[in-house]
Amino acid sequence: MTTRTIPAPRSPYKTKAGNFELNSWLFMRGSGLLLVVLVFGHLYVNLMLGEGIQAIDFGFVAGKWANPFWQVWDLAMLWLAQLHGANGLRTIINDYATKPTTKFTLKTLLYFASFLVIVLGTLVVFTFDPCIDANSTLDVCAIK
Amino acid sequence: MASSPAGTLYRGREGMWSWVAHRITGVLIFFFLFAHVIDTAMVRVSPEAYNSAVELYKNPFVGLMEVGLVAAVLFHALNGIRIVLVDFWSEGPRYQRQLTYGVTGVFLLLFLPFVWRHLSNVFGH
Repeated sequence: MTTRTIPAPRSPYKTKAGNFELNSWLFMRGSGLLLVVLVFGHLYVNLMLGEGIQAIDFGFVAGKWANPFWQVWDLAMLWLAQLHGANGLRTIINDYATKPTTKFTLKTLLYFASFLVIVLGTLVVFTFDPCIDANSTLDVCAIK
Repeated sequence: MASSPAGTLYRGREGMWSWVAHRITGVLIFFFLFAHVIDTAMVRVSPEAYNSAVELYKNPFVGLMEVGLVAAVLFHALNGIRIVLVDFWSEGPRYQRQLTYGVTGVFLLLFLPFVWRHLSNVFGH
């Protein structure tokens, strides 16, 4: 008796595109949970503690970013939020823009804006100089 | 058209409306993030440039808009946790409707103290 191989029913078909949509679906859930912690912490420290929004000025930011903890916090929040938001808007464009040219234009604009925000934000966090404030009382700005 | 005496489970009810609200709040937060990164980038220009940018956020009218922004962030975050539960918790889909009431409850628990605190800071200065 000869054995013949019959493909399993409903076997998944192979696509060239890979698992991008599955990965982005997973990313939305993973980054979303991390962002809950990062954004809630950000809002609590900046708006609830002390005088809240009234206390925010250049010195407040300088005080925060003097600590690498808050640099990493803000950097993680920036990257995750922008990628999460860009992917969300990509989904919305896919759902509502019907013409291919509209889709292309909106997505080009979206990716350009997201790239700009991530690059600008990252540069700001890493190249921030608290000493451009002549009245700074931070130790690092003391004249040697 | 098919109909059922109890109506559909999702369409036109808590599940659908939280999906709609999730999209709207998501888009709102996206555009705020764009503005927020640019205003924060003013710290790279000069202390004066940054201080005048955040001065705008201390304006009473903008202060009220911040209450709306925080409402959007809180809803999007809590409903996002609901979505994760529906997708990954074995009992999630069964309780998706009850979870919307959980979202509403936790939302009020966090939002009301914030409104009190933030408006005192904005107007009591």
